[in-house]
Amino acid sequence: MPSAVRDLELDLDAFEGPFDLLLTLILKEQLEPAEIDIASIVVAFVEHLTARDRIDLDACGEFLVLIAALLEIKARQLFPEEGAELAELEPEEAAEELARRLAEYRRMKEAASWLRERLETERARYFRLGPAPLAPQAERRLAPQDPAHLVAALRGLAVPPPKVSLAHMALRFPPVAQFLERFRAVLRRRSVFDFDGEVAGLSRVEQAVAFLALLELRRAGEVALAQAAPFAPIRVSRHEAERSHAWTVRSA
Amino acid sequence: MDRSLRLISTDAIVGTPIDALARTVEALLVVASQPLTVDELVAATEDDAERVETALGLLRERYAEGRSGIVLERVAGGYALRASREAAEACGRLFERPVERGLSQAALETVAIVAYLGPVSRPEIARIRGVAADSAVASLVERGLVAEAGRESGPGGAVRYRVTPLFERVFGLDSLSELPRLDDLGGETEAIRERLLAVAEARAS
Repeated sequence: MPSAVRDLELDLDAFEGPFDLLLTLILKEQLEPAEIDIASIVVAFVEHLTARDRIDLDACGEFLVLIAALLEIKARQLFPEEGAELAELEPEEAAEELARRLAEYRRMKEAASWLRERLETERARYFRLGPAPLAPQAERRLAPQDPAHLVAALRGLAVPPPKVSLAHMALRFPPVAQFLERFRAVLRRRSVFDFDGEVAGLSRVEQAVAFLALLELRRAGEVALAQAAPFAPIRVSRHEAERSHAWTVRSA
Repeated sequence: MDRSLRLISTDAIVGTPIDALARTVEALLVVASQPLTVDELVAATEDDAERVETALGLLRERYAEGRSGIVLERVAGGYALRASREAAEACGRLFERPVERGLSQAALETVAIVAYLGPVSRPEIARIRGVAADSAVASLVERGLVAEAGRESGPGGAVRYRVTPLFERVFGLDSLSELPRLDDLGGETEAIRERLLAVAEARAS
């Protein structure tokens, strides 16, 4: 049996077509949920139900879930910050606020129907529509100009632009091997050293290459690495020296 | 009957006779496609306001509904000529009404909010109607019933909107003060609050 929810045809201000297409468009963020008049969808669904000879409970359930989700998405979009503001209200105050807003909307609906009636009674008034003929422009006389000034101004603009420097594009990478040797040499003298201290004063690129070398040593099992906390100095030790360190970088 | 117009009116020392001034005002109104204010008529005729008002009085008498195919009406804060109501059907066969054709309920509610609360921004309209106002506002702007009127204060403030003189003209209002008072329209907060509380109690019990 076809689903009463999915083949529900909608004709809204912002959308015309089947309900499931509406949902798809909203989920793909191709349609603003705020543009959708949810009450009309509910009315359309109820009409759709009454047109059938028996109540389809599955469809009702499915519809409730979908429309509730849609309502929540829309409410969040319409009142992004008001949730917090309203949550702080006492129930009594919240009811007051809600009543105030409902009353405000009801008055505007009344005003709209007054305007609708007014339009009806004023329908017999035909008048010319269109932009007004333009008022005559006051004449603006330009100050007399010297052609030499124009030449001078253009000359100022006609300078070739400065050559763009590409120096910063060329990155020079020192070889990783250089740091491998350097760290091995340090470890021959001392069993433990501080990576940060060792590379201090080097350029960013050099520091990065040094770190690669460090990872390389760790992978080969030549060193153990330890760091007390994220961003704390990295301690490098000969592998056999500090096997039981609390936290060791496992993968390189 | 219509008073006869004096044809010769070149005596600059006495000033233009009022009939001649009325003819000039009449001519200005024929050319205008929007209501002209007394100030505008004074500037164009280079006459004084009191005399222009008198001339307008003469013309309103002559172009009253039922006396002529043309009616002079006071609308949107100025004076404008329009077709008489008895010619409406014939006008309807020949002319379109692009401003009010197919004005949706959403658009009417939106224009009501702008008329009463303007200048007002789209988020404020959305807050009252519970539906985003973007498409309704865009359609009203396109029709010329609503126009931008500055921004809310603060950086990146939302654009605010107000109704245009065309709104007053289409709805046949001399000014927005002719709209019914908001207090006279429905929506008594007290009654709605009572109902809400009744619903809340019914749910709690």
